[in-house]
Amino acid sequence: MSRPASPITATTRSGNVALVAAAWGIVGVLVVVPLASVFLEAFSGGFGAWWATLAHDADTRHAIWLSLTVAPVAVAFNTVFGIAAAWLVARFRFPGRSLLVALFDLPFSVSPVVAGLALVLIFGRQGLLGPTLAALGWKVIFSWPGLVLATTFVTLPLVVREVLPVMESIGPEEEMAAVSLGANGWQVFTRVTLPNIRWALLHGVVLANARALGEFGAVSVVSGHIAGVTDTMPLRVEKLFQEYRQPASMAVASVLAGLALVTLVAKYVIERRVEAEARERQAARAADGTAAEGAGQR
Amino acid sequence: MSIHVRDVSKAFGSFRALDRVSLEIADGALVALLGPSGSGKTTLLRVIAGLEQPDSGTITEDGTDVTDRHARARGVGFVFQHYALFRHMSVFENVAFGLRIRRVARAEVTRRVDELLRLVRLEGLGGRRPAQLSGGQRQRVALARALAIRPRILLLDEPFGALDAKVRVELRQWLRRLHDEIGMTSVFVTHDQEEAFELADEVVVMNQGRIEQRGAPDEVFDRPATPFVMDFLGTVNLFHGRIENGRAFWHGIPIPVAGSAGVAGPRAARVYLRPHELDIHRSGSATDGASLSAEVLRIAPGGAVTRVACRPAGADEPVQVDLPSDRARDLGLRPGETVRITPRTARVFPVDHDYVI
Repeated sequence: MSRPASPITATTRSGNVALVAAAWGIVGVLVVVPLASVFLEAFSGGFGAWWATLAHDADTRHAIWLSLTVAPVAVAFNTVFGIAAAWLVARFRFPGRSLLVALFDLPFSVSPVVAGLALVLIFGRQGLLGPTLAALGWKVIFSWPGLVLATTFVTLPLVVREVLPVMESIGPEEEMAAVSLGANGWQVFTRVTLPNIRWALLHGVVLANARALGEFGAVSVVSGHIAGVTDTMPLRVEKLFQEYRQPASMAVASVLAGLALVTLVAKYVIERRVEAEARERQAARAADGTAAEGAGQR
Repeated sequence: MSIHVRDVSKAFGSFRALDRVSLEIADGALVALLGPSGSGKTTLLRVIAGLEQPDSGTITEDGTDVTDRHARARGVGFVFQHYALFRHMSVFENVAFGLRIRRVARAEVTRRVDELLRLVRLEGLGGRRPAQLSGGQRQRVALARALAIRPRILLLDEPFGALDAKVRVELRQWLRRLHDEIGMTSVFVTHDQEEAFELADEVVVMNQGRIEQRGAPDEVFDRPATPFVMDFLGTVNLFHGRIENGRAFWHGIPIPVAGSAGVAGPRAARVYLRPHELDIHRSGSATDGASLSAEVLRIAPGGAVTRVACRPAGADEPVQVDLPSDRARDLGLRPGETVRITPRTARVFPVDHDYVI
């Protein structure tokens, strides 16, 4: 039941009902119905047919396998980068620090297609590093390293953006306390830093994984759409759709959508933990504040 | 364990936190680093702990140079201002941390932690999270955690800063007893002179990255070496006056000068009068030659001391006088009446002895 929270938002009961109905209506039309229809379409021939479409097409099988490989590699890279970058920015003051923080966000504001093109300009055959890579016999563009690079690029901000504020709000004192008690760098990280940021980190990882699995634009530019070689799940969905193979396309789409739903649940559970810990921090700080105030009035 | 700080400097950017500080701390001493915020006291504490590297200078412990020894190898117990308890660990695990790092056997860890929790009177709370404890309890967990590694030096940064007044006084006395029982060398940072004087054997007054004065509490209080120390230790009445033949002149009346040698004069000087070193009489009593006529402005009763604000005739600034409450009651002062105030003793610093607070 909705309750008016303030005189400004207070409306009549019927007004409230209308607003709630409108919200549900829009979410229903734009999100629930289309997503449900993907599943309906995918399973219209029954579970057996759905399974056969996925399992008996080698290119589709490869696309699923490729996506489930590229995404974790990109996420793993971002986890390491995210923790290291957040630690650097939260614990040290250095010239260009603010600029660095701003650059973390760049992949969010740049269109993924532009990101893909930029990678081609650097790693492509005619690109900056093209001759060097060719001489070494390494293929980046139109190959899986390019897919990993493109996916890493578009998901770059996700882990660092989740971890950084938590690390900043916790502060360096616990780490210093651990050092003064004899802990070395690795012990400080595994026993103090990591447990303190674990939920924020997991949240970032889940978000990055969801984005990595679904990425289309940047991956599309660097992949070259070679079926059975560089087609990821989203690229496969599009290709099957363009080839008028709607049931197959829908079946792959339903796998993607299913993964998204799993992510949503995971995200919801983790967010509750993150919020609970933030509340705890706030309560601890408030308790500290009142005590300090009391002491000040002495 | 004795600590010897030699010529230590430390700058953060253009801010000089420590400026060629030297300090010797005897084995088993309980020393207070006292000063306003930004005076460098916390930086000095962190340098002693190895948590900050000095830009220059050395730290020795019992004659061994430890300047380049990493904080984790110093074996110094450090209690942080806001305790810095490991929030995701239980109280037990917090206290056990240093022992686990040292790979102490499990049974021994349990025994030691239980013993420490008893020592800090937190037995039975080992399973709690830091967030479930009161400020005073958290403080004691932080102490137990620091003591677990059996440090021979215990450093405390504003240990009572975030506690309310009653808990603070209790913990202070308890810490003093603990220090005496364990017999380690303890250094704590505070901006509260009452705390420093009550707890410490020796007080080190710091200002602008330098040590202004060090000594026993009564020594520092009775014989402040610099105008800064005079000002920082409690309320003072400050006047611009003159000194001549070892006496200070204030509105024409002579006041005996305490301590400060080498101020024969005659010359201009800053004259400091502590509120408790002034007395109030009714007009007409015998001491009129060395007293000033003044109007009573406000009377604030306290416990042992009643604070009276007066304005001497012809002066702009009021004077603060602390009278024993019994005496204030006998006098029966009222705001607006005229009395005579007598300074018993003054401290003077020549005017050219300039400083900035």
